Amino acid sequence: MIISIASGKGGTGKTTVATNLALSLGEGARLLDCDVEEPNCHLFLHPQITASEIVTSFIPVIREESCTGCKKCAEICRFRALTVVRGKVLVFPELCHGCGGCLEVCPENAVVEGSREIGVMESGWCGPLGFVQGRLRVGEAMSPPLIRKVQANRNRAIKIIIDAPPGTSCPVVAAMKGSHFVLLVTEPTPFGLHDLGLAVEAVRVLGIPCGLVINRSDMGDDGVRQYALREKIPVLLEIPFERKIAEAYSRGIPIVEIMPEWAQRFRDLYDRIVVLAGNWGASQ
Amino acid sequence: MIRELVVVSGKGGTGKTSITAAFAGLAGNCVLGDADVDAADLHLLMSPDVQKRTDFMGGCKATIRAEDCTACGRCRGLCRFAAITEDFVVDAISCEGCGVCVDLCPEKAIDFPVQKCGEWFISGTRFGPMVHARLGIAQENSGKLVSLVRREARNLAEEKGVSLILTDGPPGIGCPVIAAIGGATALAIIVEPTVSGLHDMQRVADLAAHFRVPGLVCINKSDLNSEMTERIEEYAVKRKMRLVGQIPFDPVFTKAMIAGSTVLEYAPRSLAAMAIIKVWREILRSPVMNELGIKDFTTIIQ
Repeated sequence: MIISIASGKGGTGKTTVATNLALSLGEGARLLDCDVEEPNCHLFLHPQITASEIVTSFIPVIREESCTGCKKCAEICRFRALTVVRGKVLVFPELCHGCGGCLEVCPENAVVEGSREIGVMESGWCGPLGFVQGRLRVGEAMSPPLIRKVQANRNRAIKIIIDAPPGTSCPVVAAMKGSHFVLLVTEPTPFGLHDLGLAVEAVRVLGIPCGLVINRSDMGDDGVRQYALREKIPVLLEIPFERKIAEAYSRGIPIVEIMPEWAQRFRDLYDRIVVLAGNWGASQ
Repeated sequence: MIRELVVVSGKGGTGKTSITAAFAGLAGNCVLGDADVDAADLHLLMSPDVQKRTDFMGGCKATIRAEDCTACGRCRGLCRFAAITEDFVVDAISCEGCGVCVDLCPEKAIDFPVQKCGEWFISGTRFGPMVHARLGIAQENSGKLVSLVRREARNLAEEKGVSLILTDGPPGIGCPVIAAIGGATALAIIVEPTVSGLHDMQRVADLAAHFRVPGLVCINKSDLNSEMTERIEEYAVKRKMRLVGQIPFDPVFTKAMIAGSTVLEYAPRSLAAMAIIKVWREILRSPVMNELGIKDFTTIIQ
């Protein structure tokens, strides 16, 4: 079972839900932090990192001795990562999307495979809970290849919880793709509602069933609940605003640690998701 | 000399948009830009009157013409994004738009139509003109759209002789943020006093240092954890970011949002409103925002 935690709007409580759900499941679960621009799960879990790997993306390297300046590489590149000036190829690695087109078209085999570091993937354990995170290199624009790398640690046999980045564009889609269920975390405010609508559209593009967690559920208005009713999206959990929870969060302490009764609520949440995803699978 | 203040945070949900809107009310004469094109919310407080609507044409996507395809498999072998299925259909979501399959298909059976990736708008608001956008769902090129919004905001400012642009930035540190901060006069970094807030601000500070943009730090919900607020202040000073003040946690933020107004319009006498006014004065007073536009390189984040 692969569950992605997403939101549209940032700061609604994705990381809170992902970490508490994963901690409540414990043994046999693995948390993948795919919010690689700002990975925060580790701040709450303090995992012991046992393996670390630098993740790279293809960039072209030009062997000048073989290059004739024919410009074929620059012509195929849609991202303007290559340009030819006075018969010499200049490479702009930060613009390269790693498609390898230049490598294919060079008639002289003067383009060879190089690499650019896009970030680091770290994995380890938090007690019985498996943990993997990606950390984007500061200054790097392209996160999806790193997200896909972290995502490759999915395993259908175990319970996978993915903490997705905010937004609705390519990084979120890369994180959610292939999940069995998307749990959307929102707050009952106009911003929360507006961005939830966008997130639901993104989930529907991918054809994945989804459900809702309403965080700070007593601060705001009724718009999100009405929307959920209208769109037939089940509200699976509500977390009220409590200063105790907010303060624990600020210090990096999970809810289940200060209020152990929440662990059962998160396990119940997981059980309901299993049923919903199963029904969805059967209806498809 | 046009100055552009970009409001960022690293972490989402720290109050960027609510605070940008409140600043707009205080600035008087400014051009507003919403550079959070992925999940734009500023319009919910500005009730913009859209005057010009333009399609945003982003990259191209490959489509295979089944009638011309011989299923030779060359495209599948070339595609590094695993976007072509076994029965030779392009998955539009996975397609990166590199066009390698288009150029190298031996049958020339692949089209490469340009995609409409969203829309952008020029609007009037009660605080001045605003440029905003909506990126299509699951689309790429958000950085390109952010650059477009900022460029159009600058054009508008020049045209109208306005000297200040206020830009609501996206969360994170990736492609849209890079596009949002390059060449800005200064960043207003809105932080909340939590371990995540501090961690994410550090990454934004690293990014800002990389692009040599000065940072001004404002701590929102500062009374939620005063020890963490102190740690953030120490960190900001160490990195040569100027502290421009604190805003206490106040439910009027949510109430104002529900009313579709800024905190200052909704509750002008609230503690939050007073604090925002003070922060805005500090921002205007900071050397990086001086009206002559003299660059002070000692303010670059270290």
